[in-house]
This record gives sequence, C-alpha cells and structure tokens, in this order.
Amino acid sequence: MNQRIPVVEKILNANDRLAAENRRLLDEHGVFAINLMASPGAGKTSLIEQTVPRLAAELRLAVVDGDIATSLDADRAAAAGAIAVQINTGGDCHLDAVMLQQALAQLDLRAVDLLIVENVGNLVCPASFALGTHLSVLVASVPEGDDKPYKYPGMYRGVEALVINKIDLLPYVPFRMDYFRQGVELLNPGLRTFPLSCRTGEGLEAWLDWLRGETRRRQGEHR
Amino acid sequence: MHELPVAQSILDITLRHAGQHNARRVRTIYVVIGQLSSIIDDSVQFYWDMIAEGTLAEGAKLEFRRLPAVLQCQACGEKYTPLPGELACPKCESMQVKVISGEEFYLEAIDIEN
Ligand SMILES: Nc1nc2c(ncn2[C@@H]2O[C@H](COP(=O)(O)OP(=O)(O)OP(=O)(O)O)[C@@H](O)[C@H]2O)c(=O)[nH]1
Ligand SMILES: [Mg+2]
Ligand SMILES: [Zn+2]
Repeated sequence: MNQRIPVVEKILNANDRLAAENRRLLDEHGVFAINLMASPGAGKTSLIEQTVPRLAAELRLAVVDGDIATSLDADRAAAAGAIAVQINTGGDCHLDAVMLQQALAQLDLRAVDLLIVENVGNLVCPASFALGTHLSVLVASVPEGDDKPYKYPGMYRGVEALVINKIDLLPYVPFRMDYFRQGVELLNPGLRTFPLSCRTGEGLEAWLDWLRGETRRRQGEHR
Repeated sequence: MHELPVAQSILDITLRHAGQHNARRVRTIYVVIGQLSSIIDDSVQFYWDMIAEGTLAEGAKLEFRRLPAVLQCQACGEKYTPLPGELACPKCESMQVKVISGEEFYLEAIDIEN
C-alpha cells in the first residue's frame, strides 16, 4: 500500500544539534559566549586585544581563535591577557560546532565568564554554521566599503550586534555611513551598532558596556 | 556548498518517520524551501543518492517546493514579493521592510510503501 505521511519537521543539520549541545555546556557553567564574525582583516583580533585588558578586572575571559593554519591570533589574544585556545580549521573557511566542542574541552569552563570566539575571516560561510554561542557579532570595517550589507545579506541578517571598526579612517576613504546603515536597517531592523576604532579607542566604551551588561544578564539567568 | 549535512538531516528525519509507519520503502520526499533560505541546489540529490544507499530511502526522489519571499513595507503596509536583487517597497520605495515569509526550510511529507 502507498501512503503519504505528513511530517512538517524543520531540517536541522548535525551541526545545529551539536551547537545545541555546546550551548547547554556553556549554560551549565555560566559562560556567556559570543561569535565574532567578519571579513579577513576587519579587526576581529584587534577588537579582542582592546577588549580583554579593559574587562579583565571584572570578568574572567577566554578566547577561542579560529584560523586556517596559524596560531598568530591566539598568540595575540594570550598576549592581551586572555586564556586562549587555537583551532586550526585545516583549510575550512568557517568554524563549526564540532570544532568549538573540541576547543571547549580544552578550557576550564568553570573559570570563565565571557568566551569570545573569533571565527575565520569570511562573510559567507560562518553565517550558516551555528556554534552554540549566545550572540553573533559582526565586525564590519570602513575600508571594506559601504556596500557590504547589500552584498552579504545572510551575514547581516544573522547577527545580534554590529561593530563598525576603523572609523578613524572615515576622513580618508569613501564610505557613505547613511547608505551603509540603510542597508543594515533593511536587513536587520533595529540592530545594535557600535561604531568604533581599535586604533584610537573612540567608541570602545559603548561596546564594552554592552558586553559587560550582556554577560552579567546572561549569567544571572543561569545561576 | 554545504549540502551534505542538509542531505544527512533529511535522511534522519525521513528514516525516523518511515520507521514509525513500518514503511518498506520511501518513494518521494517533499521539502519546502523559502526563497530567502539557504541556497540549496541539485547537488543535494547527488549527496542524497550517496547517503541513502542501503536504507529504506534508497532511490527516493526529492521534490522541492519553493515558496516566494513575502515582505511587508513598514511605511505604507504594502505586502509584496520582491524581484531578484530588489528589496525596497515597490509602492513607496521605503527601505523599512519586514520579512513575512521566505525563510522556511522544512520537510513536509513523505510517500511510503508499506
Ligand atoms: N586604522 C585602523 N586600523 C585598524 C583598526 N583595527 C584594526 N586595524 C588594522 O587592521 C589590520 C587587521 O586587523 P586584525 O585585527 O588582524 O583583523 P582580523 O579581522 O582579526 O583579521 P583575520 O583574523 O586575518 O581575518 C591590522 O593591520 C590592524 O592594525 C582600526 O580601528 N583602525
Ligand atoms: Mg584575526
Ligand atoms: Zn511602502
């Protein structure tokens, strides 16, 4: 006999299931985790270098650095004072939940309040691979150009906060902030945005306040 | 580009439901994809044929139903399906729009023999 069976079930891949496990592990240990995504060179590691020493007095920080082959970024994060774990993706253009799971196993999560994951520099693939982190943050930067929201909508739609880095370069490169923000608003209405410069420190306070607040709030929920 | 894990998930769901209904064979699998959802193309069927081999779902056909995106203008309320590469409201040109649908990606039904 032939029969049609209605199913209606969301297609979740194995990665999403592992991401859910990572999330549970993080929550169990009261760790608040963010996934930093950006194109290569936007300033992910620079932002980590600026953030870590400024929060170190109040929060216990760890950094997981995704990189195709080197440990340069993890070394920079460690030099800034964070506990740092390097993941080499061996050619993959994004981190996935399995890689984060392996990195988490190397950390004493009980001794961490805030975990910053630096994803591989790429504006396409990381958006499709949930890691289990609580929030995704995109680091855009002025020299990349103001058309990026229009060209990489998937990335701009999938994040909970946006850093606009390298605002110190606004006088030197053509970047229409209105046009950029219009694209962002179209894709992700009301997105929280932090224009800043890792070079001059301008705008960093608002970012740090937000990160502090989010960490405390999440920890409160899971205590 | 990342179709293999998707094919794997479709297979997991299919086999679970096929098992619950004592299926001998799965003939067709109906998948719904919104226009704004991740780009899945014919290579899913290719991976599918590979991973479904030796299971109840070997040889099953994947039928994709694409749903158009529906956006709603936050300025004038117009509901519309955008043309490729365009998102702004066709009536008032506002860029303040909300996605009503188009991000679906789910398995809708399976045809089995039992
Ligand atoms: N002018 C200026 N340069 C910056 C700023 N932030 C970072 N840079 C520079 O941008 C370059 C790339 O910064 P990184 O922090 O390494 O960027 P990244 O996103 O971690 O790069 P990958 O990990 O290789 O993808 C470095 O030369 C930084 O010195 C900024 O606010 N202003
Ligand atoms: Mg880096
Ligand atoms: Zn309108």
